[in-house]
Amino acid sequence: MSGYPEIFRVLAYIVGTLAFVGLNAAFLVWLERKVAGHIQRRIGPKEVGPFGIIQSLADGIKLMSKQLVVPERADGLLYRLAPLMTMTTAIMVFVTIPFGPALVARDLNLGMLVIFAFASVNVLALLLAGWGSNNKYSVISATRAVSQNVAYEVPMLITVATMVMIVGTMNLNEIVGQQGNLLQWKIFPWNGSVMLPVAFLIFFICALAETNRAPFDLGEAESELVAGFHTEYGGMGFGLFFLGEYAYVFVGCALTSIFFLGGWQCPLGWAPGVHWLLIKTYLLVFVVMWIRWTFPRTTIYGLLNLSWKVLVPFALVNLIVTAALLKVF
Amino acid sequence: MSGYFQELYEGGKSLLVGMGITFKYMLQPVVTMQYPRQSVKMTPRYRGHIELVADEKGNNKCIVCGMCQRNCPSGCISLAGKKPEGGKKKVLTQYQLDFTTCSLCGSCVEGCPTGALDFSKEYNLAGLTRQEYIFDLLKRFEERKR
Repeated sequence: MSGYPEIFRVLAYIVGTLAFVGLNAAFLVWLERKVAGHIQRRIGPKEVGPFGIIQSLADGIKLMSKQLVVPERADGLLYRLAPLMTMTTAIMVFVTIPFGPALVARDLNLGMLVIFAFASVNVLALLLAGWGSNNKYSVISATRAVSQNVAYEVPMLITVATMVMIVGTMNLNEIVGQQGNLLQWKIFPWNGSVMLPVAFLIFFICALAETNRAPFDLGEAESELVAGFHTEYGGMGFGLFFLGEYAYVFVGCALTSIFFLGGWQCPLGWAPGVHWLLIKTYLLVFVVMWIRWTFPRTTIYGLLNLSWKVLVPFALVNLIVTAALLKVF
Repeated sequence: MSGYFQELYEGGKSLLVGMGITFKYMLQPVVTMQYPRQSVKMTPRYRGHIELVADEKGNNKCIVCGMCQRNCPSGCISLAGKKPEGGKKKVLTQYQLDFTTCSLCGSCVEGCPTGALDFSKEYNLAGLTRQEYIFDLLKRFEERKR
């Protein structure tokens, strides 16, 4: 992009990311409903457009045309700020995701760190939403979301630290660059550490929990907490939370594919590019949905036990084993 | 300590089994009926409201004996007939069913000496007033004939 003023890059990033986040959410809502339908042996959306493909557009128009109601005695500022905050951080994490060899908004050396930094701000938005709504269910849900995110950030970041030790860089594009074909994917135990498949599992489970997806969707457990932190939100306030959630699902799966499945690289080495990242990521998103419609919701105790008793010990063993292996060989 | 790993192994295995089942279900054909577009064909034993039955010539079999009217425990059937000029048998001129009080007991169908009554397969009934459920069966019969 040399030769263009800097502002064009920024504009292209903003317009591209906003369009991508919107389309991604529309597609994923449709896909989620289709997957849910077929797993329950129904059809899912089918009336609006062929195979119901523009159902999400109709839903979006409905959401946009609705009035934004601020509940009485809610904290008006925080209540309005929370959906904006979740959306802002969701867009910010797209800055360093390498969609293709040259298709990245800003190829930072610490790209990985930027993503985790902004993604962890998202939980603050959930807390603000829960607190600002002046609703007891929202507060319970917000505290749950925070404790869950704190619990799962630990094993996730330990795993990421392990990955950084193996690949030796925090630049996501370089990490992808090291995984030229199927055999070099970092999911396989011969590419640096025997614990890599375990690291993949830990990272994927943590990504599920960080994005508040089932079976870890304690934050919006509809059978006990109405709708959790977005109980009081309607119209586009709710819509922004949804856009943010699906953006994070995409980011979580994209990071998994970048770390372990070779990102934009082709498994066989032909024609690397953005399509490979999208294929891998959406396959992982499908797995996320498949998991959601298979397993019942865990309890908050089960959720925290899984993190502190299983994922954290395994992540630490992974770290030590990997460090030892790297030191010895 | 061995219990810990055994629990992990068995738990993980059961999760995979569950995902296998849902994946299999996802590939199987759907079992739902897309209701306003398609509708179910009712079983032969289904009891809708009663309906007049046609004979081979397409006329109704009713001889206006009034057995159905007398058999009905709710008194929801009222019918009338008259002898046509030069004819011997009575001919049905009016058959009214008040479906709001009908309990679908079937005494009228069973008591009919000529088998002129049968249950219909109608289940899409919805209305805003009681009057909509006072059916003129003779009119419905003529409409069906056309």
